[in-house]
Amino acid sequence: MAKLLKIAVRNLLRYRRRTVLTASLITLGVVFVLVFVSVTGSFKAMMIAQNTDSMLGHLQVHRKGYVASIDNLPLNLNLKPGAMARLQRVLDAQPEIAAYSPRIKFGAMFSTFVETTNIRLNGVDPEREFATVPLLPARILEGEKTLARGEIWIPELLARGMKVKVGDMVVIVATNQDGSVNGRQFKVAGVLESVSGPGGRDGYIHIDDAAEVLRMEQREVSEVAIRLKDFERLAAFSEKLGMLLEQELNQQGKPIFEVHTWEKLSPFYNIARMIDVMTFFMKLMLIAIVLVSIMNVMIMAVFERIREIGTIAAIGTRPGRILSLFLLEGLSLGVAGAILGSAVGAVIIFVLNVSHITYDFGRQKNLLLQATIDPVDVLVLSVIVVVIAVIASLQPAFKASRMEPIKALRHV
Amino acid sequence: MAKPIIYGFVRLGRKAGPLANLRGKPMSLIVAENVHKVYQAGEVAIHALKGVSFSVEPGAFVSFVGPSGSGKTTLLNLIGCLDKSTEGRLTVAGTDVSGLGRRQGAAFRGEKLGFIFQDFNLIPVLTVYENIEYPLLMVQDVPARQRSERVLALLEAVGMTEQKDKLPDQISGGQKQRVAVARALVTNPALVLADEPTANLDHATAYQVIELMKRMRDSFGTTFIFSTHDPKIVGEAEIIYTLEDGRLAGTQARGEAAHG
Repeated sequence: MAKLLKIAVRNLLRYRRRTVLTASLITLGVVFVLVFVSVTGSFKAMMIAQNTDSMLGHLQVHRKGYVASIDNLPLNLNLKPGAMARLQRVLDAQPEIAAYSPRIKFGAMFSTFVETTNIRLNGVDPEREFATVPLLPARILEGEKTLARGEIWIPELLARGMKVKVGDMVVIVATNQDGSVNGRQFKVAGVLESVSGPGGRDGYIHIDDAAEVLRMEQREVSEVAIRLKDFERLAAFSEKLGMLLEQELNQQGKPIFEVHTWEKLSPFYNIARMIDVMTFFMKLMLIAIVLVSIMNVMIMAVFERIREIGTIAAIGTRPGRILSLFLLEGLSLGVAGAILGSAVGAVIIFVLNVSHITYDFGRQKNLLLQATIDPVDVLVLSVIVVVIAVIASLQPAFKASRMEPIKALRHV
Repeated sequence: MAKPIIYGFVRLGRKAGPLANLRGKPMSLIVAENVHKVYQAGEVAIHALKGVSFSVEPGAFVSFVGPSGSGKTTLLNLIGCLDKSTEGRLTVAGTDVSGLGRRQGAAFRGEKLGFIFQDFNLIPVLTVYENIEYPLLMVQDVPARQRSERVLALLEAVGMTEQKDKLPDQISGGQKQRVAVARALVTNPALVLADEPTANLDHATAYQVIELMKRMRDSFGTTFIFSTHDPKIVGEAEIIYTLEDGRLAGTQARGEAAHG
């Protein structure tokens, strides 16, 4: 096989310019895909992190039916203390969980004594919330990054629109489950940067204040946000948790809880999917480049070497060996393109990172481009290129191996 | 006859079976009985061979002569299992070659036959050494040490040792044909077929190549069959078959008068 490979490589070098051009085309395609995957991957990772680490958590548990009505923030679908205790028992037993945070979510009226508007509020235990969504304090544009009882963080748009500053007193008025109305004064402790996605324009108060405003006799919870130790294990853990919680049944024998990962809660997931689709099409283009260029080279190689094929067939070279020889030529081109492309791609990604390129996204300024590529992605891409190179060589190689020696020897 | 200078050449033991009858008497290497070959060119049938019958004994140095279109190349192609006869029976080294399939034909050629071509047909990306080694490596899967021994011995036998690392385009036509002779012999075949092996060489070089082929026959006992136009080269053959219009017009042993 080594000798066959040596002959194949020498045959490629026989037409040096054509081989270099084809290998360069494949290299360029690999580089383009790798850089595209790394840059869009960086953007995607930033967006996912923004959604999961500053708002949603990696996954959430609700009472069955809550998410279907989530836009209304239905108080009657909160988790009761008994259900919450059962949920906590399950969650506390999971080693994959880094932190979880119970939240009370509700809609309220927000008044500055001069103007009134509506607001969506999250009642949270600050310590547990910060452990679950660690980027939340980073969204504080003005004020303190802590949230004490009697304080409120309000969204940036609301603060500007109603000219509210840190330290101002505001009133929150909410209707509880029974339909009675309750109000309470809060001091504005911080102004939150608005971000895209669900909850990106919500205000925050302490969970005890939320229970008080809603006049809860027993502590109820709207949702539990969960952060995992390893984000990569999200799908597997979500499935596991779903199965565990399916066994927790209410008095009617139906499941109490529902589990949703961030993908099912955030519209950004569709953008992430679009990035994946674009990446897929980029890979398809690369496959087309490799397929067409190698097939072209191999068809030319067979056509130009018909008499040579006739000679080696005449002296007794088995058709399988001739097939292998031409397949190895295509394989060598593919391997060369994949290795060169991966190396050049890695260098470009390194240069992008050391250049500290920044970009703006919506209201977020100076986001650092952190282009990264998973070695597994590089390996998979290289394998795809090599496999396609072999597939592209199949037809010409098969043609060469099936050639009648007598006709090939007569070829001029 | 000049004694060939061959050092260290390792000969494969030739099997006596297919070439010997039950009494141990050597059988003919080639037996052609009423061989016909018809090519179909569109609706026109071209009768290239019209009932050719002959035999060739092992170790013979045979030439087929005749004008262009007389059927020399067609006959050599049939003997070399590169083509199939339309009618008749052709046995080479005890095998009826008209019944061989593609793979069987390739295996038979690789084991029993060697080829020398008019245009040398060396593989341009391989050195002289590698060209000679090629059949051992790609056709017969001979171990490295044996390959090396055989190739070096043949390089010496054909006087190409000093050029062993050169590529075909770095040597002359005569040297290329020497390499082709060595490549044809390296598998120790029963029969070497050479179609117009001297057509692209000047007379002196052509004569040297024929002499080389003869020496190789003497050294290894390999049967050589070649076709040629050159009357002086024809004279070097021990048996001359003359073909005319697809028929065997005459047979002449060296030093004998021709008889048809």
